[in-house]
Amino acid sequence: MTDAHLPSPAAGRSLWADARARLLRNRAAMVSIVYLAVMALACIFGPSLVPNDFTTIHADYTRVPPSLSAYPKAEGIEAALKDALRRARLDLVAWKQDGSQLDVTVASAKPVDPRSVRYLDRSDVFEGTTVRESAADGLTMTMSTQVQHTYFFFGTDSNGRDLLQRTLVAGRVSLAIGLLAGIVAVIIGVLYGASAGLIGGKTDEVMMRIVDILYSLPFIFFVIMLVVFFGRNFVLMFLAVGAVLWLDMARIVRGQALSLKRQEYVQAAEALGVTRAGILVRHVIPNLLGPVVIYMTLLVPQVIILESFLSYLGLGVQEPLSSWGVLISQGAKSIPGAQWLLIFPSVFLTTTLFALNFIGDGLRDALDPKDR
Amino acid sequence: MTGAALTLKNVAVRFHTLDGTVDAVKGVSLSVNPGETLAIVGESGSGKSQLMMAVMGLLASNGQASGEATFDGKNLISMPKAELNSVRGRRITMIFQEPMTSLDPLYTVGDQLREPIMQHQGLPAAAAEARALEMLELVRIPDARRRMSSYPHEMSGGQRQRVMIAMALANKPEVLIADEPTTALDVTIQAEILELMADLQKRLGMAMIFITHDLNIVRRIAHRVAVMRHGEVVEEGATATIFSKPVHAYTRALLDAEPTGRKEAVAANAPVVLSGIDTRVNFSLGGGWFSGPKVVLRAVDRVSLTLRQGQTIGIVGESGSGKSTLARALLRLLPAEGAITFDGRSIAGLDAAAMRPLRRQLQVVLQDPFGSLSPRMTAGQIITEGLLVHEPGMSAAERDRRAVRAMEEVQIDPALRNRYPHEFSGGQRQRIAIARAIILKPRVVVLDEPTSALDRQVQRQIVELLRDLQKANGLSYLFISHDLAVVRAMADHIMVLKDGRLVEEGPPAEVMDHPQDPYTRRLMAAAFASTTSLERLS
Repeated sequence: MTDAHLPSPAAGRSLWADARARLLRNRAAMVSIVYLAVMALACIFGPSLVPNDFTTIHADYTRVPPSLSAYPKAEGIEAALKDALRRARLDLVAWKQDGSQLDVTVASAKPVDPRSVRYLDRSDVFEGTTVRESAADGLTMTMSTQVQHTYFFFGTDSNGRDLLQRTLVAGRVSLAIGLLAGIVAVIIGVLYGASAGLIGGKTDEVMMRIVDILYSLPFIFFVIMLVVFFGRNFVLMFLAVGAVLWLDMARIVRGQALSLKRQEYVQAAEALGVTRAGILVRHVIPNLLGPVVIYMTLLVPQVIILESFLSYLGLGVQEPLSSWGVLISQGAKSIPGAQWLLIFPSVFLTTTLFALNFIGDGLRDALDPKDR
Repeated sequence: MTGAALTLKNVAVRFHTLDGTVDAVKGVSLSVNPGETLAIVGESGSGKSQLMMAVMGLLASNGQASGEATFDGKNLISMPKAELNSVRGRRITMIFQEPMTSLDPLYTVGDQLREPIMQHQGLPAAAAEARALEMLELVRIPDARRRMSSYPHEMSGGQRQRVMIAMALANKPEVLIADEPTTALDVTIQAEILELMADLQKRLGMAMIFITHDLNIVRRIAHRVAVMRHGEVVEEGATATIFSKPVHAYTRALLDAEPTGRKEAVAANAPVVLSGIDTRVNFSLGGGWFSGPKVVLRAVDRVSLTLRQGQTIGIVGESGSGKSTLARALLRLLPAEGAITFDGRSIAGLDAAAMRPLRRQLQVVLQDPFGSLSPRMTAGQIITEGLLVHEPGMSAAERDRRAVRAMEEVQIDPALRNRYPHEFSGGQRQRIAIARAIILKPRVVVLDEPTSALDRQVQRQIVELLRDLQKANGLSYLFISHDLAVVRAMADHIMVLKDGRLVEEGPPAEVMDHPQDPYTRRLMAAAFASTTSLERLS
């Protein structure tokens, strides 16, 4: 008996470790993983780094094109000045720029009210306006104001909201829906499909017929009905999407479970007297995970597209929150004048989908044991 | 050598894997003459198949071949693919091991035979048809004209392998490479196919390279033998010489690998452990909503069996004869009719939950050491899974200790218990499967072809291990196998099954040496013909 000392076990290399090594060698997949990570981080932390809030409406900067330099542009200052002074019913006499300091001389038929500096402050371009000097008759006045510089790297939309900020916030929504609905679909699908496949017989028949019935419900109809009953909201969105997409998952998993059930190691476990739950947890599910992981990476883009589609139809998330689908839908409407409204969200969406698909492909290659 | 049909010079095959490069074949030089059969023998992993794959340009994408394979004055290994295609399939053809998967299930046998004939010989359809028919007759497929329009699934394994041979021979190749062509077949069919191949080779005068791990086959068919090990040829020579005067130690070990020894019969009054009386298993096929009337298949038809303490009953028969079904029915893994008693207690009516405590006494070891271990669990987890079920209170440390003990019993290094199944060899995996069964201290173990997927040498070790375990623990075995040499070494009682019925039973000396039933006689003749076939060749 060797009860006294147990030889220390040598480390084993699991199939997962093998798969990871194969994945690490797949350049396209690795680049995609890094890209996706950067995208996710940008969407999570980016909005707090970009100075503009995604709900702020910059009335003076509606539909400004993307630019790396700050707004207002030189030629924009005069226009903004005139615009602000027109509201104050004042005439512009002269203006002079010194750095971000601006000296403005105005005139009017009536004495200029010192409170009219507010009209300048109200604009997005100027702030901290003060009266420098007033003429004795009060008909002219020199004001001093600061030009407020704002960056719109992606331009602004028709309401004057920063597109960069909106794209990042929309990315949060899209990725979150993709991930959450993906996970919901996978969990329901795996448990349901694996149980059906493993139990088999009448139970399997009934369970799969339920799936067939749910399949035959038209998806859009189903979503419209949900929206009508519960109103539009974020949680409902991914419940609806997840509730439909688990059906695919359940079918795939059931098929896998059926073939796993005939594997000799499952038979061996049965002969050991292992209960059904034990077989499900210890043998069937771990061996299912390969295809499930692959399918999930392909499912997430599917969910994002579905969400975009619903948002495009106007059944998606509510303003001011948006998703890539919503932005693309809005961008498509403003295509003649402002292409950037379509281009930026589309680039974000498509590159993310690309990356997800590459990762899915890479995972499939990595987990496919036929390679061995 | 001038006049050789195919000459290999310094052929090497290298695979690039995750663990670095693997040299599967390390510089092999061989040649085969027209009208000659060269057998390449070696255990799995010796590189014998990869050598031929390299010659045919069929290596997996991570494989790389070097050296020379001269055929008709040209080197096949460096040849561009287009040129190679005019040689392979026409002048050099190949037969693979698995007749079930080498034929395309979507086309009729006739279509599949016609296509290479039309492609390589440029014959019109009608002429190709005639040639295809001629080929089917050549390989002695009964009722060949009707068979032309059959699909592969309508044929038996042996017939499919005949079709494969017909396809390989249709273009009158100069070299035929056969890669374990009979391994997947039953012994009786194996004998027929071998005889057919030897005959065709003599008539058509081609060179044949026959890859196998089974020395019995070599003796029947080959003129010359090359023994391969670890990617190298260790010995080469005329068949008779190799068998009578082997030089290399490895060749001697291979020749010596036949399992030996006999098992003593148990005392007639030894207690009965497991018995089944008039066991019947029926499978009903079809009978769904749209699939027409039910067809009842009698997989096991009224077979009775009594297993005593310490006894080994060998159950033999062809595939489909109901051997495994019978054993599974007795363990109540399949619904069966008839009285089944274990330890004097009827277990026929027990449900799954009531059977569970008995499961630890009734264990099973399955055929496929690759398939019977879950690939995502470590060896230690696999071995101790039964303890989770039957001794749920046991601590993890205690389970680990038991795993170590079980691994020592089956002679695997216990330090390997955190390894995964794919890191073990076939023989080691089968030992793990045995450890999983014996860790529960069972009384009956069903061994369902436990040695069939293993090389001869490993087979012998496993047989010895099983015998030792039986002696040490007083186990009773139900030993299922189609390999009669192994059964003879293991069993003290033999039952011959055919089509679910018991044909003959008795002690091995009687059943094997003096078979009464014509079917048993045929089986024994096919299995033990090897010893008499040497004369036929010379």
